Amino acid sequence: MELLLQLFVLLPLLGYVISLFIPEKKERTLSAVAYSTVGIYLLALIAFTINWLIGPHKALNLKDVIIYHSDEYEFYIDFYFDRITAIFAFVGGFLTFLITIYSRVYLHRENGYKRFFNTILFFFLGYNITVFSGNFETLFMGWEVLGISSFLLIAFYRERYLPVKNALKVFFIYRIGDIGLILAMWLSHHLWHENITFAKLSNYEIIHEHLQNHSFEGTIVALMVLIAAYAKSAQLPFSSWLPRAMEGPTPSSAIFYGSLSVHLGAFLMLRTYPFIENQYIVRGIMIAMGLFTSFVAMNIARVQSSVKSQIAYSSISQIGLIFIEIALGFETLALIHFAGNAFLRTYQLLVSPSVASYLIREQFFNFNPAHRGANKFIPKKLMNSVYLLSLKEWNLDQFNYAWLWHPLKKGGRIFKFVRERHIWMIFLPVFILGVIASVNKELLSIDLVRVLEIVFALIGLIMVLRAFAEYKNVVMSWWLIALNHCWIALAVSFNENFSITETFLYLSGALVAAIFGTIILKKIRNKEGRLDISEFNGFAVPYKTLAFLFLLCGLGITGFPITPTFIGEDLIFSHIHENQFFLAAIISISLIIDGLAMVRIYARLFLGPYSGSSVSVQHSS
Amino acid sequence: MEKIHSKFNEEHVLHELSHYLPAQAPLKDFIHHNTLHAFQHDEFFKGIEKANAIFGYNVTLGIDEYRELYAEGKISDASITHILKTENKEDTQLWKEKMLHEQFQNHSQTRVGSLRKLWKTKNGLDMDALSHPILFRVICSYLDQGISIWRFPEISGGFLKNLKALESSGYVSLFQGKTARKYLLTEQWDIEFLLQKVIGNEELFERYLIDQQFAHPGWSGMVSTVEAMPETLLDTRRIALKELIAFELLIEIDVLESKMGEDFLPMCQLLPIENVDLFAPIAYSEHFEVIRLWQISYEWNYYDSVLNGLKQNFNNKFENTTSQSFQALFCIDDRECSIRRHLETEDPNCKTFGTPGFFGVEFYYQPENGKFYTKHCPAPVTPKFLIKETDATQIHKRDLHFHHQTHSLLFGWLISQSLGFWSAMKLFVSIFRPTMSPATASSLKHMDEFSALSIEFKGETENGLQVGYKVEEMADRIETLLRSIGLVENFAPIIYLIGHGSSSVNNPHYAAYDCGACSGRPGSVNARVMSFIGNHPSVREILAERGINIPQKTQFVGGLQDTTRDEIVFYDEDALSVENKKMHSENKQSFIAASDMNALERSRRFELVDTLNTPEKVHEKVKLRSVSLFEPRPELNHATNTLCIVGGRELTKNVFLDRRAFMNSYSYKVDPDGKYLFGILKACAPVCGGINLEYYFSRVDNQNLGAGSKLPHNVMGLFGVANGIDGDLRPGLPSQMIEVHDPIRLLIIVEHFPKVVLETIQKDANTYEWFKNNWVHLVVLNPETKTYFKFQNEVFEAYEPVSSTVEIAKDLLANFRNNHDNLPVYLMN
Repeated sequence: MELLLQLFVLLPLLGYVISLFIPEKKERTLSAVAYSTVGIYLLALIAFTINWLIGPHKALNLKDVIIYHSDEYEFYIDFYFDRITAIFAFVGGFLTFLITIYSRVYLHRENGYKRFFNTILFFFLGYNITVFSGNFETLFMGWEVLGISSFLLIAFYRERYLPVKNALKVFFIYRIGDIGLILAMWLSHHLWHENITFAKLSNYEIIHEHLQNHSFEGTIVALMVLIAAYAKSAQLPFSSWLPRAMEGPTPSSAIFYGSLSVHLGAFLMLRTYPFIENQYIVRGIMIAMGLFTSFVAMNIARVQSSVKSQIAYSSISQIGLIFIEIALGFETLALIHFAGNAFLRTYQLLVSPSVASYLIREQFFNFNPAHRGANKFIPKKLMNSVYLLSLKEWNLDQFNYAWLWHPLKKGGRIFKFVRERHIWMIFLPVFILGVIASVNKELLSIDLVRVLEIVFALIGLIMVLRAFAEYKNVVMSWWLIALNHCWIALAVSFNENFSITETFLYLSGALVAAIFGTIILKKIRNKEGRLDISEFNGFAVPYKTLAFLFLLCGLGITGFPITPTFIGEDLIFSHIHENQFFLAAIISISLIIDGLAMVRIYARLFLGPYSGSSVSVQHSS
Repeated sequence: MEKIHSKFNEEHVLHELSHYLPAQAPLKDFIHHNTLHAFQHDEFFKGIEKANAIFGYNVTLGIDEYRELYAEGKISDASITHILKTENKEDTQLWKEKMLHEQFQNHSQTRVGSLRKLWKTKNGLDMDALSHPILFRVICSYLDQGISIWRFPEISGGFLKNLKALESSGYVSLFQGKTARKYLLTEQWDIEFLLQKVIGNEELFERYLIDQQFAHPGWSGMVSTVEAMPETLLDTRRIALKELIAFELLIEIDVLESKMGEDFLPMCQLLPIENVDLFAPIAYSEHFEVIRLWQISYEWNYYDSVLNGLKQNFNNKFENTTSQSFQALFCIDDRECSIRRHLETEDPNCKTFGTPGFFGVEFYYQPENGKFYTKHCPAPVTPKFLIKETDATQIHKRDLHFHHQTHSLLFGWLISQSLGFWSAMKLFVSIFRPTMSPATASSLKHMDEFSALSIEFKGETENGLQVGYKVEEMADRIETLLRSIGLVENFAPIIYLIGHGSSSVNNPHYAAYDCGACSGRPGSVNARVMSFIGNHPSVREILAERGINIPQKTQFVGGLQDTTRDEIVFYDEDALSVENKKMHSENKQSFIAASDMNALERSRRFELVDTLNTPEKVHEKVKLRSVSLFEPRPELNHATNTLCIVGGRELTKNVFLDRRAFMNSYSYKVDPDGKYLFGILKACAPVCGGINLEYYFSRVDNQNLGAGSKLPHNVMGLFGVANGIDGDLRPGLPSQMIEVHDPIRLLIIVEHFPKVVLETIQKDANTYEWFKNNWVHLVVLNPETKTYFKFQNEVFEAYEPVSSTVEIAKDLLANFRNNHDNLPVYLMN
């Protein structure tokens, strides 16, 4: 029975791959592939679940493919099935099935019909990898797929400015959340000395035994997981991304941002609940944050005057309650609440265009000029303050800008003086020296080694920050992104011996992708005469295929799970010791910025308004 | 103190702005109008060229698109040659070469926006991104009609006064810094003063304000519209464009302060700026001249085929049957073009007429329990009458999904765990078995079929409106109606007055689908009111005195046709005499059969409907579209409209015009001196011309003059739509409404003597402007000589169609089933 678990990931994968090869014009075939894929999936899931329920309905675990194996390290794909999986998979399958049928007509004749169904299936693949994942590594793979497909769905109207800008914003928050997940994975490696499966995680004794001696690490892991969950589920302080994600066609906003995507944070917490069960501090934090989020989001929802943002904030406030339910240990309640909220918000978003005629009629017949929402018992001054604060979304968007985005930009600008020639003249020799030092690290004092690894990791970080702030020299920032992996490898190589194979595994994918990416960049530069990303170029219009290939390269150089670099990244982290939190933090941050810088280049090159287009683009849209 | 002469004239700029900003009313009052009405004082091509140069709008198809049309045979060589001749392009070959092959560089720079752009390009300050979100959110919340649960706390005064009240009575500020707050609280919201702070150079003020407001024309246009007609929002708000500008300047001051500190410098001190005159004359452009030639070739290519088609039909004689089964009056709407044709096919003894769908009765309507009045007549008319509905039994069903409580914390918690699962069911059902739901905007909900209406005046007045009409007033109205359509004798036993409305779901633009002549409402009430008037014995007596003898047995019956669902309901059927009742039930069969055929004809544009089925089955599929949540094209509305024919039905009866013609029945014999013609043209030009041009401009620039794709639309405050949550409002038509539309101006064809028509159109300057400046084309058919006269350069010139043959429709049904494209003009025999 366990073996069947793969089916629920392979089916969407198959559908996705097939959908890539169907010509753009074949609307009916494209949508048919999508809804049959999800339809078959749904039937299979129902059959599987019934069968599972009839049996002893114990959790199932499948150690699927071992992708890399060495003495102390093993990277494998693992699938898991319990009632949490069952419910998330069912809700996801059910809604996606209905939405694919819905969109079949809804998107008729829309530019990008194929892209839409491709992305939906890609998203569905990521969703399933996540909900069926049996360990952090597998989950992280799904998590990454979700991030990139969300980006693509929000930027569906890629020729306009706001969707692209907001897609970047959302991707940014997602990446911030990923830092949490990477660090949690790293630390839990050390906590368990293996890639622990969720199956083991639900074993109370093992957990209890470990946490007794490592309560601090345990708390850190839990908090890191929490950050990842908060970012994904738009909890405070990240909330403001969710309403801004409502840029795609209504049905995609409805299932992804109204329901599925946004509940995955709750899924992560349900999945790791056994781990935090005895960490009362973490549970306390969850309850407090849940209450705070619910309260704030509810108030923001109350003042929203646009229908989609109102539904988004209502959904956030309910998810805040779901987090509280999880923290209190009411798993069943949380699951029911999740399903109900997901269905409700999906439907509300789908019928949201009807709100105009419905509420105007309501107003026509039931108008009551008395103040809506006013409360007699609270002083007016306080009421007005809360109103205004909620109208400004409690400054959450500015908060994210000021505390997360701006520091990165600023950091990058500091190193603006670094030019291409410096890289060759200074960094290349430094790198070579570093390699020599690393090979002979036995000769160096231990303190120097500690300093050197931090220094090299920092250089990598500076490189990507620099890449992040570059507007003119695209090829340079492209290589800075790729070479970051070399610095990381160098930094970690001081830690312990890792083999040539491991280095090769880590760097090969990224570097090959970097070379192909450079070819594409040069090709476009030759055609356009210049390459400049100080504004959005919208090159996806003239170079449709190149845009897709470049995205693939971009995913390759940032360690997306399509090249060995993905495994390499995990491997690298297993070589960072548990007391090297600083090093781990620098490296995870630089990996995250790596992804951001790549997506930024992609967006600025290929998305946004295309100046050569005959169709003008509305300015503020 | 002497008044210092100022270069900046605030009043003038505000006037300019409100002139050029989009003038679209809130969603519920959506009425088609010429999108570029501001340029209507100029000749059409002069006007649109200006609009292009100043605001950067695309105003025609691109040259490649015209060439493609040529390649597809949709613009013929003959029409190009003809146009080059009439346009005095002597070197035909040269011009044709230019049209077909010359490569034109389009490097014109849009004038508006260039100053404001300097913030970004020279100062690295993304002013739009920093100021728009908060600006839009505050305005939207202030104007909101019922989406927010918590209404804007201060609404008693004007906009700025209310903002001041809000700002002064709390612990939170609208702004980040102190300066803007200080100005707001001390009422320093003089625009000139604020501009000094932001720009600093008086010469640039006007240009900057235009740039600033045209960075978000949607919101500014809405504010300007609400300022002009506050009653368009049921929950009224006081706001002026001036206040919006002041508030925006305050926000900009705040942005500057937060970026550059309290001592920020105005723009003109940060960089040298050269001023340009936004409205300077436009240099001749050969590119545009070629485009112009293409456009008129394209238009006359089609017009010519129509004129030729009509001409070939002149010789068809129609037997003047004295025993008519019934007469039916429909709206002049282009969508009624085909239902009339099918009805006449089903029952060759019937006669149909076209007239504006408010049937000449103008009034406000108040449904039972309604808290407000709605206007039921063309938008420019202000009625003095009120019609009230009583005894309604219709219940408005609720849908909890729209309920405010779903957004509250505790109820939301309960609701999501209960209603949530119900939603899953509803979603499932609505995808596999769509049905009418409370979310549907249905034409039938507008008035209860069995309610009573206060049509006759009983001495009651309400808010300055007379409730119902006096007998004399009724007689005047029906006389005008009948004479204007030339129906003064040979009355059939039953005369139907069929208004129209539409049904759709998930459609914020629902009002645009209803009857334009009824201010975007269904025409059911008007149909019933006019039928009542027609059946009133005292009215008949007065009519008889005035020479219109309606036989005693003739009865009027009101009805409503749903243009989306192709269904017709009839009102007050019980009032029919026994004889008429019998005939009515036979007639109904014709209406049903015609509706099925009409649905089939419409379905040829719907790629996803299987048109090979029987008409009844296709009709069922068409009906489903009106209730399907996932159907962005419940109907195609006025798409493809190009003609307006004012004349007898004989002119068009045997000509297939593919639902592209507005048709106003008219008889020059009844109206020799053009008295009624004046009324008709005065309405036709702005109403049909407005519809036509809104489609035209939304089609040629769907991003700036239209609303873009409706799929990502988000309803803002119940009055507009935007993309996402912080975009500009998007007036105009969504791409789904205009994608099959050909951007061709309206051709009005009038059957009368050129001299009379010329006198008629010149009676009213506003009406004449439409014709004089070519925003609509006019061709007159001399009814005696049967020759055409084309109106050009303010005179009528004889016009002989270039084409001479017209296809005979062999199998229209096959065309309906297999052809998605526009169909040519056919003769039907």
